Amino acid sequence: MTGAVSRPTETKGVACPVPAVACRGLRHRFGDHVAVDGMDLEVAQGEVFGLLGPNGAGKTTTIRVLNTLLPLQEGSVEVLGHDVRRAPMAVRRLMGYVPQQLSIEGALTGRENVTWFARLFDVPRDERRARVADALELMGLSEAADKLASTYSGGMVRRLELAQALVNRPALLVLDEPTVGLDPIARDGVWQRVEDLRDATGMTVLLTTHYMEEADVLCDRVGLMHLGRLRTVGSPRELKGHLGPDASLEDVFRRYTGVELDENSDKGGIRAIRSTRRTAGRLG
Amino acid sequence: MPSAAPAAPPAVSAEHRPAPGGGVWRRLPQRVVTFWIVELQKLSHDRTELLTRAVQPVLWLVIFGETFSKIHAIPTGHVPYLDFLAPGIIAQSGLFVAIFYGIQIIWERDAGVLTKLLVTPTPRSALILGKSFAAGIRALAQVGVVLVLSALLGVALTANPLRILGAFVVVMLGSAFFACLSMTVAGIVLKRDRLMGIGQMITMPLFFASNALYPVKVMPGWLQALSRVNPLSYEVDALRGLLIYSPAHLGRDFAVLVLAVVLGVAAASSLVARLAR
Repeated sequence: MTGAVSRPTETKGVACPVPAVACRGLRHRFGDHVAVDGMDLEVAQGEVFGLLGPNGAGKTTTIRVLNTLLPLQEGSVEVLGHDVRRAPMAVRRLMGYVPQQLSIEGALTGRENVTWFARLFDVPRDERRARVADALELMGLSEAADKLASTYSGGMVRRLELAQALVNRPALLVLDEPTVGLDPIARDGVWQRVEDLRDATGMTVLLTTHYMEEADVLCDRVGLMHLGRLRTVGSPRELKGHLGPDASLEDVFRRYTGVELDENSDKGGIRAIRSTRRTAGRLG
Repeated sequence: MPSAAPAAPPAVSAEHRPAPGGGVWRRLPQRVVTFWIVELQKLSHDRTELLTRAVQPVLWLVIFGETFSKIHAIPTGHVPYLDFLAPGIIAQSGLFVAIFYGIQIIWERDAGVLTKLLVTPTPRSALILGKSFAAGIRALAQVGVVLVLSALLGVALTANPLRILGAFVVVMLGSAFFACLSMTVAGIVLKRDRLMGIGQMITMPLFFASNALYPVKVMPGWLQALSRVNPLSYEVDALRGLLIYSPAHLGRDFAVLVLAVVLGVAAASSLVARLAR
């Protein structure tokens, strides 16, 4: 299924005909299990696209083919016009990636963690220090930058990972379940940073989540995945609009897949975040 | 939480992204230096490892070395046994650091760090080479300790800085090979516990089937054959030649060690992607 692009495909007044992500007939198997089953997807430059679905839907496999971690078995995948099979280095250079798992080197400071990735992305030496400082500041980690990352909270670790992913100034930021496992306040902090980033840079963001309400709030368009297939693509407003004025993305998901999302999926969702924020506000 | 972010740098589009020149050959040394820096930073934050890892070589030199020097059980010609032993213990220190280095890459896999490293524009071979030479940096820290201790025990070590530098290069190559071996095993077994077991299983045979403790000529024939295919023997031979002016085949030793590293990097690189799946 090829989704229509809902945001203008222009950057700084220059036409950008090349989509940020273009998958055609993407299929990936693990033995007999088909994890992604013939996916067609196009994400325009500058949009925030959410790939939604429950665990096992094929979201992470899609992301892993896209970022060259998994080999492309069938179909074609291009990132900003670069074929993942023929030009994996070019694809990696354009992409910032935050995996599902909280993953930093705890034996290094926050600044050292970000500098490490600046070096691995060949950020020029004369710019490196400033770029690292900018990325840390953007994620609100300047004060903690010289503390060992092992002392960071979960939310700080996630923001540090975002700083690592951003130090390369990627054209495409890929976030795989970026808030899973975080408490509501930490989750709130991460999403606030992503929103700020989107507003400030117009960067393309591709994220996976199974928190429907978060996707509803943050994404320009969403693609609903179930059992390896993309069931529908559209803006949250469009998708809900087809079902009625009070419909939610959960209703849309149920409509297209015939199943309920994990009943725990709202734990720590936007409702919980707002509730926690209100509580935190009351407590000062 | 702050409501407004500082001014963010613009994202760079595909058309505007500068293409770095030089390709893999330019990136290879850059990545090695990057992993060196990271390893040194880690060591600077936790120096206790340097001390704890120094205990074993100290025991080998002070207890084993001093005792066997006195009983003259091992024929080393005109070379005092402690002098003969010191380069072997230096090589052993590197071996012990490197042979368990694969545990780190499994830890990085478990912690998700490896996944992120594999999606940077770093060729697999550069990643493995960088990590293997990072093991060498850790081994060099041990070498410094053993060199100082050897000098204190009266070992007639060279004072020629070029020879000492050469010894550092030899230890770096030897440790890099054994780190590659460890990462190759890691890519096969995929579990820390299994790698730990295999590491313990192969470390002492590698050590004893080398010329680290005794000359090759006193070994039984089958052990001599094993010693000849053991890169540790070539490392020790080169270290003896450089540090105590013992007759050595430096050209051959360097060639074997470089070849071993090349093969080790190729083997580990081909398996590292398994760890990320």
